[in-house]
Amino acid sequence: MISIYFEGNSWAHRMNARLKLGILFILSTATIVFDGMLFPLFLLAISLGAYTSLGPRGVQAMKAAGPLLPVLAIIIVFHWVLGSLGLGVTVAIRMLSMVLLANFISITTNMDAMMLAVEPLFYPLRALGLSSRKMSLAVALVIRFVPVLLSVYSSLQEAYWARTGKRNSWRLIAPFLLHALAMATKVAEAIYARGGVDGYRHRLKG
Amino acid sequence: MQKELSLVYICFFAALTAALGLMPKFDIAFLGGVPITAQTLGIMLAGAMLGPWRGSLSIALLLLLVAVGLPLLAGGRGGIAVFYGPSGGFLVGWIFGAMVTGFIMQLTKGWNLMLGTAFAAIIGGIGVVYLFGIPYLALKANLTMWQAFTGSLVYIPGDLVKVVASVAIVQTVARGMPSAILTRAQA
Repeated sequence: MISIYFEGNSWAHRMNARLKLGILFILSTATIVFDGMLFPLFLLAISLGAYTSLGPRGVQAMKAAGPLLPVLAIIIVFHWVLGSLGLGVTVAIRMLSMVLLANFISITTNMDAMMLAVEPLFYPLRALGLSSRKMSLAVALVIRFVPVLLSVYSSLQEAYWARTGKRNSWRLIAPFLLHALAMATKVAEAIYARGGVDGYRHRLKG
Repeated sequence: MQKELSLVYICFFAALTAALGLMPKFDIAFLGGVPITAQTLGIMLAGAMLGPWRGSLSIALLLLLVAVGLPLLAGGRGGIAVFYGPSGGFLVGWIFGAMVTGFIMQLTKGWNLMLGTAFAAIIGGIGVVYLFGIPYLALKANLTMWQAFTGSLVYIPGDLVKVVASVAIVQTVARGMPSAILTRAQA
């Protein structure tokens, strides 16, 4: 499974994931307090500096904010029409820099470190029966299901193309879901046969 | 085997919602060919088929994976950054949207399945999602609620198409595999 993380050994990669998330949280809270134009500009400078420090690949990674640009343009135009161009620009820079900073953390922290960093947030859920075993199984299942579902869909799509000459249709979603649900039921049976979500030991005790 | 089925279904709908966003876009002819992603269809289906708790858990699981860096949102977006963007509120609204959709499905057990699904998907899948998305957008972009609301209206026709699709899909699944509609399962 592809992640937006990229391998590396920069200062940002070596930094503790929880510390990075903590800094992001503090900065995002600070944008509420310092609502002028200067603070967002400062944030933008920090984020540009951070990406640049990773070298050419870091500069490339800033493209992730690309899809955001049209939306920011609309927001600026909106404020311009209302006669508050300056506010529009401030808002756009603030949003752009926060998105860049958050993305910076994602590209420099691998998924395992990130999961480990947020794990304490799930401790309260243990009382409701969410063990870390179940959590890992669930994460693994989702990651495996996504490509499987896409391949089930693309085989249906090929058949549809052969019949109609059209590439895609909403008509495919219902048969796709029936196929996929049948598959999911088999996966549940297979997990049960292998000891279930709580493992064999648990079942023998019960 | 109920525990295993629950867990697998939760993961299944998380993955389904991700897959719907990564699939080729559907061109809806009568919307002037505006391409829409089917991702919010996953929210409606998760709620309508799994019920409030499992439905919202599956969407929360998806968003957790997005937050830790998997590019599972439409267009391959992912990472914590998406929650800082203008549509961050809509994403959080998805969890509650699926929950409310599920609740309404259970409350309307006595209704015709198609009518119940349509009602649940409109209130949960559109209403609740916008209820979270619009205030957040207004806050982030420094707009009034009304401005943020009118700005989001462009997406309503696409959302209504997804309501129709979810009704058709739930109806088909109810015929082909009734046990998968957990909100209407005979206890």
